[in-house]
Amino acid sequence: MSITVYISGDSSAISIGADRTAAAIANEAAQRGVAINLVRNGSRGMYWLEPLVEVVVNNERVAYGAVNPSDVASLFDADFLNGKAHALLLGATEEIPYFKKQQRLTFARVGITDPISLDDYIAHDGYRGLKNAIGMSQADVVKHVTDSGLRGRGGAAFPTGIKWNTVLNTPSEQKYIICNADEGDSGTFSDRMIMEGDPFVLIEGMTIAGLAVGANQGFIYLRVEYPHAHKALNAAIAKAYEAGYLGDNIQGSGKKFDLEVRLGAGAYVCGEETSLMESLEGKRGLVRFKPPLPAISGLFGQPTVVNNVISLASVPVILDKGGEYYRDFGMGRSRGTLPLQLAGNLKHTGLVEIAFGMTLRELLYDFGGGSATGRPIKAVQVGGPLGAFVPESQFDTPLDYEAFAANWTVLGHGGVVAFDDTMNMAEMARYAMEFCAIESCGKCTPCRIGSTRGIEVMDDIINNVDREKNVVLLRSLCDTLLNGSLCALGGMTPYPVLSALNHFPEDFGLTSHTNAA
Amino acid sequence: MTESTITETVQTIIAELKNKQGALLPILHGVQDALGYIPADSVPAIAEALNLSRAEVHGVISFYHYFRDTPPGKHTVHLCRAESCQSMGSNALEDHVKAKLGIDYHETTADGQFSLEPVYCLGNCACSPAMQIGSDIYGRVSVAAFDDIINDLGA
Repeated sequence: MSITVYISGDSSAISIGADRTAAAIANEAAQRGVAINLVRNGSRGMYWLEPLVEVVVNNERVAYGAVNPSDVASLFDADFLNGKAHALLLGATEEIPYFKKQQRLTFARVGITDPISLDDYIAHDGYRGLKNAIGMSQADVVKHVTDSGLRGRGGAAFPTGIKWNTVLNTPSEQKYIICNADEGDSGTFSDRMIMEGDPFVLIEGMTIAGLAVGANQGFIYLRVEYPHAHKALNAAIAKAYEAGYLGDNIQGSGKKFDLEVRLGAGAYVCGEETSLMESLEGKRGLVRFKPPLPAISGLFGQPTVVNNVISLASVPVILDKGGEYYRDFGMGRSRGTLPLQLAGNLKHTGLVEIAFGMTLRELLYDFGGGSATGRPIKAVQVGGPLGAFVPESQFDTPLDYEAFAANWTVLGHGGVVAFDDTMNMAEMARYAMEFCAIESCGKCTPCRIGSTRGIEVMDDIINNVDREKNVVLLRSLCDTLLNGSLCALGGMTPYPVLSALNHFPEDFGLTSHTNAA
Repeated sequence: MTESTITETVQTIIAELKNKQGALLPILHGVQDALGYIPADSVPAIAEALNLSRAEVHGVISFYHYFRDTPPGKHTVHLCRAESCQSMGSNALEDHVKAKLGIDYHETTADGQFSLEPVYCLGNCACSPAMQIGSDIYGRVSVAAFDDIINDLGA
């Protein structure tokens, strides 16, 4: 009997050599005449251990990592196929503390199954949620989602059930489900990991959404920077059609749901839902006024659900185990789990899915292991490029939407980028303005022009040209951006800028006294 | 590729995709996938097929960073400039890449081998700094690793 060896086919793992390791293992096995069954799974999300190699011993996965091609011969010599000792042996994968301490609901299968095997998906509890949904009334499906307390994981944290209910109750011949897979926020990669590592869970979530609100067409708006996810989604969608999980008669229910992946083209602003719909309609991605809400008049003027990848991928477990089950995780009004992404200057970067409520400090040190460079962590940016820089004094904030909002910070999509003390925060503030200028869709004047003025003002501050006057000007400009922009790009660029200024005035050449605003 | 084969390629792509809802982006992707860029000459045909003005099609091409109207080099290096990569030294890498290739962003080397484009996140933030060449993603890119990759590609 051949032994199954798992090596991640996740694009991040490949970016640091997983393909080379997989080829070396296949080669070595062939040379030694050993039969192995090589499966390219999703990543377990422990990127400092990638390329991670797992073998099944007594029905348990045993891990070795990080395995480079030069380690392969010695692994075979040590009989790693039977889980024997080697310098790279990590023990049972699920006993690794980083993994064991997590609560994986949305990511339950990622790293475990073959991502594009429908049989594997079903064998690991896949499509149980859809089966339940088919047997329920539309209102009951929506009620489970509402009861779960799920809030939009794309960053805005709007209750998913309320959105679905509006679409359900807006009569129309044609409705749409859009998955926002334009994961443009730097420091975030959980959407990518789901799409590469368990694409069926997203397809199932979208199908349930379609049945629940009466939409028969879905679009996944995927960023063009994710070619691996594109491939995985298309492969999984083809299999779902073949097996009757998509198409005209889903599992004999008489219900129809079609699904198609559409590619973006490198515009950050198209992650904003109205801009995304403009793009899907074949136009420049200009932000729309709201109202009308997309739930009432969205894509092509029809009622449309627009949800983030993680929101939709969390629906199957909610419909499988019930809204109450999901709701029992979390704190306050932040229910369920949040897949956090540890990025940047951390020793243990990767994915941590855990119930809301842990503190940022625990996340950075217990999971992240502190900075990769070994220097003090000066600040972390949470929630993407429009998120505030959080100083060390706020590291004890619990990971909860309301607790973060109370500090004028944002939890957003759960991306956490750490910076050590060599980073200059005035430079980061300048970069935030530059990013806004590059990505502005141009609709709102404060964002279109204010961002370029912001770069100039930051240059003057950095170069000590009328520094104190320019700091006043910067604050005034940020006030205009905050209050005069339709969407979060202009409206939240002041978050990184002002948080850098308020918490790190010395980087702007100010003493805290002169900075008093 | 001759002018007539370019026209033929564009027409085939238009015919295949024009009946999709919101067909413009799929058509532009199709053309860029096939030719490496979207030639100005193809704009009137696309506009006519979708009942749009040439200005509208041009407006869409120019809005999106990914679409280009000039041929790229043989290899396009997409270098990540976002925060996570900056936290792991991408600014120094950026300086090195520009010096090594002898070009700035949005430029192509004189021998037509490499184009350089900035990108704002590849979702590879757990392995910063990152870059993409073609559909290959590279993580933890050091100056030395960059040189090796470029040399392998035939710089």
